[in-house]
Amino acid sequence: MKYLKQVLGQDLRQYTMVVALAALIIIFNIISGGRMLTSSNFQNLISGNAYVLILALGMLMVIVIGQIDLSVGSVAGFAGMVMALVAKNYNVPWWVAVLIAIAIGILAGAWHGFFLAQLGIPGFITTLGGMMIFRGGVIWISHSISVPAPEQLKWFGAGYLPEWGPAFTGMNNSTLLLGIIGIVCYVVAQLRKYKHSGDGNGTKDPLWAVIVRIALMTLLIGYFTWLFGSGRVGTSFPVPGLILLLLTIVYHIITQRTKFGRHVYAVGGNKAAAALSGVNVKKTYFLTMVNMSLLASIAGILFVGRSTAAGPADGTSWEMDAIASVFIGGAAVSGGVGTILATIVGGLVMAVLNNGLMLMGVGADKTQVIKGFVLLAAVAFDVYNKKSGKSSIIGRVFGGNKKAAN
Amino acid sequence: MENNSFILQMQGITKEFPGVKALDDVNLSVKEGTIHAICGENGAGKSTLMKVLSGVYPYGTYDGDIVYMGQVMKFKNIKESESAGIAIIHQELTMIPELSITENIFMGNEIIKKGMIDWAEEKRRTYEILKKVGLSINPDVLIKHLGVGQQQLVEIAKALSKNVKLLILDEPTSALNEADSENLLNLMIDLKNKGITCIMISHKLNEIAAVSDAVTVIRDGHTVESYDVEAGKVDEDKIIKAMVGRSIENRYPEHEPNIGEVIFEVKNWCVEDPDVEGRMVCKNASFNVRAGEIVGFAGLMGAGRTELMRSLFGRNYGIYRGGSIKIKGREVKLTSVESAIKNGLAYVPEDRKNLGLNLLDSIRKTVVAADLDKITKHGLLDINDEKKAAEEYRNSLKIKTSNVDAGVTTLSGGNQQKVVLSKWMFTEPDILILDEPTRGIDVGAKYEIYKLIHQLADDGKAVILVSSELPELLGMADRIYTIFEGTITGELESSEANQEGLMKRMTITSN
Repeated sequence: MKYLKQVLGQDLRQYTMVVALAALIIIFNIISGGRMLTSSNFQNLISGNAYVLILALGMLMVIVIGQIDLSVGSVAGFAGMVMALVAKNYNVPWWVAVLIAIAIGILAGAWHGFFLAQLGIPGFITTLGGMMIFRGGVIWISHSISVPAPEQLKWFGAGYLPEWGPAFTGMNNSTLLLGIIGIVCYVVAQLRKYKHSGDGNGTKDPLWAVIVRIALMTLLIGYFTWLFGSGRVGTSFPVPGLILLLLTIVYHIITQRTKFGRHVYAVGGNKAAAALSGVNVKKTYFLTMVNMSLLASIAGILFVGRSTAAGPADGTSWEMDAIASVFIGGAAVSGGVGTILATIVGGLVMAVLNNGLMLMGVGADKTQVIKGFVLLAAVAFDVYNKKSGKSSIIGRVFGGNKKAAN
Repeated sequence: MENNSFILQMQGITKEFPGVKALDDVNLSVKEGTIHAICGENGAGKSTLMKVLSGVYPYGTYDGDIVYMGQVMKFKNIKESESAGIAIIHQELTMIPELSITENIFMGNEIIKKGMIDWAEEKRRTYEILKKVGLSINPDVLIKHLGVGQQQLVEIAKALSKNVKLLILDEPTSALNEADSENLLNLMIDLKNKGITCIMISHKLNEIAAVSDAVTVIRDGHTVESYDVEAGKVDEDKIIKAMVGRSIENRYPEHEPNIGEVIFEVKNWCVEDPDVEGRMVCKNASFNVRAGEIVGFAGLMGAGRTELMRSLFGRNYGIYRGGSIKIKGREVKLTSVESAIKNGLAYVPEDRKNLGLNLLDSIRKTVVAADLDKITKHGLLDINDEKKAAEEYRNSLKIKTSNVDAGVTTLSGGNQQKVVLSKWMFTEPDILILDEPTRGIDVGAKYEIYKLIHQLADDGKAVILVSSELPELLGMADRIYTIFEGTITGELESSEANQEGLMKRMTITSN
């Protein structure tokens, strides 16, 4: 237990969902006779869920400030539809249509942010209104008919990275490069952290723990690089997955390493104390809502690209999947708690559940029921743990009984 | 009506909370048909005593006897004391704003006819009762449309509807303006003439002097004095002496002040209550603080000290109604907390848990929270700088924790307060406003905080120390302002000040 803590850090609770995710993947892989862990299945899983995970990134911040955004599915659908219509009717280049869609996302967010920040109307109401307005808007402007989208967008929604270089690697070299970059970045980050870990009064991490950590992560990244890269020729780590990856890194940095990110947590943790520390609460509310709708428009664009057409029902109930991902990732309903990385894990749990149940031939109806139970179980488990101060699954399995510091 | 018979005798009441004896052998005897005033400092035990009386603390959780109308009472809850005819009007009003006067008055006491509420009868009775308290308004009006003064009257009307014999008013005028206060006092005399006994808890000695027939002073959980008075001829000084009557022990570190130029100057500062229209919480407050000086602000709870400080701190509270601030001789407009911080102001709030800290945060994140720009490099927070800053304050302020990554909730009150102080020292302010910095902190930690305050003053900072503990102010401050009802009522060198003199300025308006 002591050694495990030295490798993974003091707070093992955060790994509960990671373990659950790994267990789900392994169990589904066994039950489906190895059809889960195949290149094509994982490529599909990522490009088919990237848009929901992108929504979850913004939703995490909205939930951390203690609000909720119900409009994201409608905003995504609306932005995608406007993009398709502009491209079709006005003969503009595809990228102009994309920029217009993003602008619409920002405007929608400013609309919600205005009512929340300036008028003090709760986000639930503001965005419930937005949900109806934008859903109605999609149907209105499209006359309930699907509109074909520009060809070029397909690459963003379901495309693959280019093939190049020597063939002896046995896999897609773009994916390989991506994997190598990932490993190098991780190693550099760990070494830098190791160098500073003895500063001040803190105790220095043991070197062996750092090495074990790096080895584990290298194996993990290496395995997935191989899984994504070794598929059918012409396939790779999917482009929407890459976009998701970049956004995840950006938002991880925003939430953990910028003033704005700190303000988001401060406002969610204690609004009055934040205001007395010089945080502009209204501005934080406003920007968080703008950011959410901006991400919603990006999700809408990717989805339209993937399905090659914008439909009037695009985005229906995406908000629910995004919200579920955030809560499975351990965010608190009362605000102030939650991280981007945990949210991604939460979203992947949902995605793997969907995918695994589909592979087993379970119908959409039963999948829905099971997802509902999983959400409840995950949050109930989290709440129970926090109340009783017990450690995570890992903590119990390995016989730890010390409560983590946070 | 029989004279000189006691309606209530509380005998030897002792109430203990874990670690604290809130009441120790308190006696209170109230004659029927009188107005009995209870005085005491904040935390003296007045409210606890009333909670014992009304059954909030049920029989068995305290020692001693409550003899009411000749019988020993054993109230288990408020309902039982109410049915015996004892009603409390709390400082905070407890009515439901979205319901009408009638609905509020009969809340939980509805008149039922054939399973339905008899609205006609309820309204008729409400109308009658409202007349008794001098209110002539439609009983259908919603509570939220009433002013605070009227709400208070409805609250009293509600008590009257239950055939109250003993009415307890806890700081009844603290939220009222002058006209409403006078109205209320007249009503109390009126009720007395109708045979209803009143117990009034108040800091306002002029009001006590105007209406009360007897006074009991409580201090540190003991009855200090209890005697009959003649309304209108009350010796206010005698009450004050009894309220404070405690000597300053050697609880404050020695300090030789080194005072420089005036660096913070406030002129004619006026603030309006954001909730009660027309009520000024600060009236033309003017004061100044010099570099290296510790200036005390003495005032009882609700005097407007916190409101004044928070409104100075970037207008965080209330509606600004005029006044100017000069920092180092230059006039500044501080319209947001951020601008106040940038101009060198820092404010440590009195309510540590609700206003001072984000309880979800770690020590490390809290220390830098008020000045994130300082650790920002190329748009990103430098976590190593953050850690260094936290470690630095942990060492210099001796914050007792094993790890700066620990949550602030893992700390004791004193150490939490040190973290809050670190947060504000990190902003390198010129002017520090400390609002009740030692509240809820044990004696040892208090001493350390006092030393820290001295050190800040020695570094040339102007320190404003707001406190309701007079010994603390006399022991720490170089100069003291007194504040009462939003007005600065006095300015004293602390070498010339004593507790009686201060308390007099903190309470009196009658002369």
